[in-house]
Amino acid sequence: CSGSPPSTMKRPVRKKKKNRLLSSRAEPASFVDILEERRRGSDISHALRAFSPPPGCGAPPPSPSALNKMVLESQHLRYVVLEVRDTPGQEEAAALLDEMSQNLQVTFIRLLGFALSKIFTRLFRRIQVNEDGLARLQQATQEHPVILMPNHRSYVDFLVLSYIMFTYDLSIPVIAAGIPLMGMSLIGEIFRRSGAFFIRRAIGSDKLYWAVLSEYVRTIVRTGFAPVEFYVEGLRSRTLKSLTPKMGMMHMVLEPFLKGEVYDLSLVPVSISYDRVLEESLLAHELLGVPKPRETTRGLLKARRVLEQDYGSMHVYFGNPVSVRELAKGRIGRGQYNLVPRDLPGRPSEESQAFASAAAHRVVRLQERGTVLSPWSLTALLVLQRPDGTRWDLLARDTLWLRGIALQLGARLDWPADLPDLEVMSSSMALHRSVVRCEEGCVWLVEEAGPEPVTQEEGVFRRASAVLMCASYRNQALHVFTRPAMVAVAMGTVPGHSQEDIYRHFCFLRDLFANEFVFVPGCGPQDFEEGCSGLQQCGAVSATDHELKPTEEERDTIVFLSAILEPFIETYQVVFRILCDERLQVFTEKSFVPAVRADAMKLLISGNPVTLRRDTEGYLPPTPTCCKLQCPNIYFRQSHCRIHPGSCSPTPLCGPQVATSSPI
Amino acid sequence: SSHFFRQDIMKWNGWGYSDSRFLFNKKGQGEFTGKRYRLSGMILPSLKDWFEATFGTSLQHKTPATPTLNVSAVPPPNLVEPFVEELKVAGVAASHDPEGRVFRSHGHCLHEIFALREGRIGRVPDLVVWPNCHNDVVKIVELACKYNVCLMPYGGGTSVSSALECPLEETRSVVSLDTSQMNRILWIDEKNLTVHVEAGIIGQDLERQLNESGYCTGHEPDSMEFSSLGGWVATRASGMKKNIYGNIEDLVVHIKMVTPRGVIEKSCQGPRMSTGPDIHHFIMGSEGTLGVVTEVTMKIRPLPEYQKYGSIVFPNFQQGVSCLREVARQRCAPASIRLMDNEQFQFGHALKPQVSSIFTSFLDGLKKFYITKFKGFEPHHLCVATLLFEGDREKVLQHEKQVYDIAAKFGGLAAGEDNGQRGYMLTFVIAYLRDLGMDYYVIGESFETSVPWDRVLDLCRNVKERIVRECKERGVQFPPFSTCRVTQTYDAGACVYFYFAFNYRGLADPLHVYERVEHEAREEILANGGSLSHHHGVGKLRKEWMREAVSTVGLGMLQSVKEYVDPNNIFGNRNLL
Repeated sequence: CSGSPPSTMKRPVRKKKKNRLLSSRAEPASFVDILEERRRGSDISHALRAFSPPPGCGAPPPSPSALNKMVLESQHLRYVVLEVRDTPGQEEAAALLDEMSQNLQVTFIRLLGFALSKIFTRLFRRIQVNEDGLARLQQATQEHPVILMPNHRSYVDFLVLSYIMFTYDLSIPVIAAGIPLMGMSLIGEIFRRSGAFFIRRAIGSDKLYWAVLSEYVRTIVRTGFAPVEFYVEGLRSRTLKSLTPKMGMMHMVLEPFLKGEVYDLSLVPVSISYDRVLEESLLAHELLGVPKPRETTRGLLKARRVLEQDYGSMHVYFGNPVSVRELAKGRIGRGQYNLVPRDLPGRPSEESQAFASAAAHRVVRLQERGTVLSPWSLTALLVLQRPDGTRWDLLARDTLWLRGIALQLGARLDWPADLPDLEVMSSSMALHRSVVRCEEGCVWLVEEAGPEPVTQEEGVFRRASAVLMCASYRNQALHVFTRPAMVAVAMGTVPGHSQEDIYRHFCFLRDLFANEFVFVPGCGPQDFEEGCSGLQQCGAVSATDHELKPTEEERDTIVFLSAILEPFIETYQVVFRILCDERLQVFTEKSFVPAVRADAMKLLISGNPVTLRRDTEGYLPPTPTCCKLQCPNIYFRQSHCRIHPGSCSPTPLCGPQVATSSPI
Repeated sequence: SSHFFRQDIMKWNGWGYSDSRFLFNKKGQGEFTGKRYRLSGMILPSLKDWFEATFGTSLQHKTPATPTLNVSAVPPPNLVEPFVEELKVAGVAASHDPEGRVFRSHGHCLHEIFALREGRIGRVPDLVVWPNCHNDVVKIVELACKYNVCLMPYGGGTSVSSALECPLEETRSVVSLDTSQMNRILWIDEKNLTVHVEAGIIGQDLERQLNESGYCTGHEPDSMEFSSLGGWVATRASGMKKNIYGNIEDLVVHIKMVTPRGVIEKSCQGPRMSTGPDIHHFIMGSEGTLGVVTEVTMKIRPLPEYQKYGSIVFPNFQQGVSCLREVARQRCAPASIRLMDNEQFQFGHALKPQVSSIFTSFLDGLKKFYITKFKGFEPHHLCVATLLFEGDREKVLQHEKQVYDIAAKFGGLAAGEDNGQRGYMLTFVIAYLRDLGMDYYVIGESFETSVPWDRVLDLCRNVKERIVRECKERGVQFPPFSTCRVTQTYDAGACVYFYFAFNYRGLADPLHVYERVEHEAREEILANGGSLSHHHGVGKLRKEWMREAVSTVGLGMLQSVKEYVDPNNIFGNRNLL
């Protein structure tokens, strides 16, 4: 990357022909393929380029050891060490910090830049990045501490933001990573030197660990020398559907603002999406109960063969920075720390918790809105509704129809305008020939090959695996349809057309699916409004003062949208049924999921027509733990699930809230 | 007559003495007129550049004030004739002359002065009375109760809390009770080191007269040229040298106040008592809502043998605050220690008079070179603390060394006596500068707070930033001047003073913008753990936050005192509650 900086962005922003079809509602974004230049230029010179990110809002970056010293000497840590006096706290804290802390070094960023250039150019045709978002990000880094909040869909996305930031001369973020990554020999150390810091899973009530971690994060935020990057969803989504956010890190990054230690924070939602996810079959297997392989360097080397396949494009969309101060306006009293030392350890107030939760949900929603969808996502949605095969020309026609609806609903589609639509769809589908095949004008799902003959169980398993892979791509697009679909379902279950009744049913669905889809807490009316106006956009309903009526012309749309939610509703029905039939009234959380899985398998094999009307489609309910949070008469205590006979009043939920939503 | 003495030599629509003002002369050079101050008659060569660069103004665009008061714009007085008659019989001076009434209808809030400059006159008192002594006040209050007249005590008129504004909803006759004639020192008690003074005395007069006897109170608020003892008591004033002499609450031994219920005072002058809640604390900070303070006994000290100014340059504000915090921790604060931020430091430089010799300018250049190049201080980050030491010569020198040693630990460099002295001199002339700004589309104000030590930095940064952002959001075209200084240190915290000014060209309603920004700045202060006020008081300007500040029960307590002492709201200025 030679040449002098022409504008605020050091990397020349090339004016590229705008070839993206963009919906009327999603704001336009100009994507640039950062791999194009890598293919033309030398990776070495890219890695060795002059790297001088503009100074951030804070002080110059402290050395990792100086940072650790600040943390260890903090008043907060001193309070906690006093509190847990039974252990030699100070030393233990230092040890924890050693395990945790990043050791960001520009040399390693360069090394990484080199390696990733090699890997990415092999894996992907393009890495599309919206430069307008990067320009906004650069602006934001100069004003306030920045929190980068990407979604997490693949192992590949772990360092991609750092790679982009390096390419665009922006400060390299420090990244919260799970401790398993650290365990990988060599790789762990490379990650650490690339700015990763490592967090243990299941910290539970280890006060000292919490204190060290939160002080570490807060110190980084407070000093503002580098953006902090973390996955607000907590983990990689196995279903490619957004997960409800985890609050631990969220509280830590928000606290410096709530305590007035920084003027403002910018939360930057980043939406990463793939035409094809590297781990697609692994994910499906994991959902079906095959344990995930442990992260090891050896495993990584073995996985080299994935490099030989074509994964299409990766899209990274940097959303508008969200000012936490703006979010907090009128929602939270910042004077709440006026009467206690701000360093005093303590749980966040209820008000802060509600605020953090709303903020986190909002960011996930913004990630969803920013997600760039491939045409295949839409096709997958239709394929799933015709799993026994369909004619290609019909599928293509319907995909085009669905594209119209998706655009009306504000989807961000990667649909090149300069190619014939048919070619766009077929090439997008061709990328997924491991899942779906098109022969002689017909399209059908492909099951994994394996030793013959297969047992009935194996048959279901193979079928399910194909369906789940397909479903995960559908899931990437689900957020576009969720709210209108819920209104559509609610309309179908209400006798008249009264908006009020429809809203009540909508709210029931919203509560039911609170862990299935992401809803900002307390925004029921807005969600309803969004659903209704989406339907109106599509011309599917007409709204009067108090009524919501389907229009004659677009009845198909309503039917189609309702059908999107059907598998989810059925999954819940199946799980509830199993729960009610269960002889055993107490079971462990660990055994719950496999038990449900086994039961569902039985149902599928027996072809029970009542519970699984659409069993031919192979909808399996693999991880129905979500139900426990919905069902008022179930609660978990110490990982035991107990069904309360006859109790219908909502029981407070105890125990860990580890709901993993179902993939379908 | 002497009643009008002060208003004759003072501006009717600006700060301070009529003969003292900043202006840009024909050459465009800054100049301070008059003979009263060290800066008077001097040319300030850098003022124009600083002014234009800071506010984005041009000397071409002027907004001159209405030169004289348009008497016909003053509403006719609403007089209660029998009240006026009885006052006359009692021998109390009174007048409804419009100029006198307008003069006492305001303090020095921006909106008050801005309106006067535009010739807008709002509600003004209907009558001004000048009691001569405590007994006159007793008579006036009795008559006011008898005729249900609203009384508003008026001391020095330097309020910056809208405390002197006549409440618009007041329908009764409003009488301004001017204490300026009650200005005698009644006795000095050298055995107990106390002085008994009438409460109308002005700060500088009190200090000068005491100095003649070899004493001082040491109470020196920035407004001491014009503010009165009674006003200090009524607002809980704070003086620059409180580290040695204490704030007003530490200085007061005895207070006499006339209320509608009668006179309140303690029976003796014991230095401390345990007789229930201290009734002085109902009086101090009552802001004229309960009665008129007529006489005060205060502590005095022998004049210090030696005074020495000083200054320290710090590489940045954070280091400066850390140093002040350490000084407070070691309880070795000099009589005064103040820390200006970088913007104020540069502002101070803009007010440097023309240097008389090449040698001085050479020396200045050398100093600058040493600090910025040799010591590596970033000119846009460095900041300055000004110091004032007082006491025995030897102790002062010792003390000075102790403070400079602490400063060195925080990267502070001693920067000379001259800088320090100029810093303190500026506090007196800085108030005049606002009038200059208002001649050129610039409006501004200062406000203050007190805050625990650990929040000082965060509060300063956040409030300054909030001001900048709010201005931008409200359409202010040029970034505002938003700056602060730490002016007092305490064991558990500090007092922070903010200056805020902006160029209002292009704004339809600059006052409204100004008021909103000030409001938001106060919200920011409160959100960052700052107090509603350190010494300016609440008045009517900050009333809306009183409940939040003292709790509902606290407010109820104050209200019940008001109800008992003044059930008919004779002291109806409606401050505080």
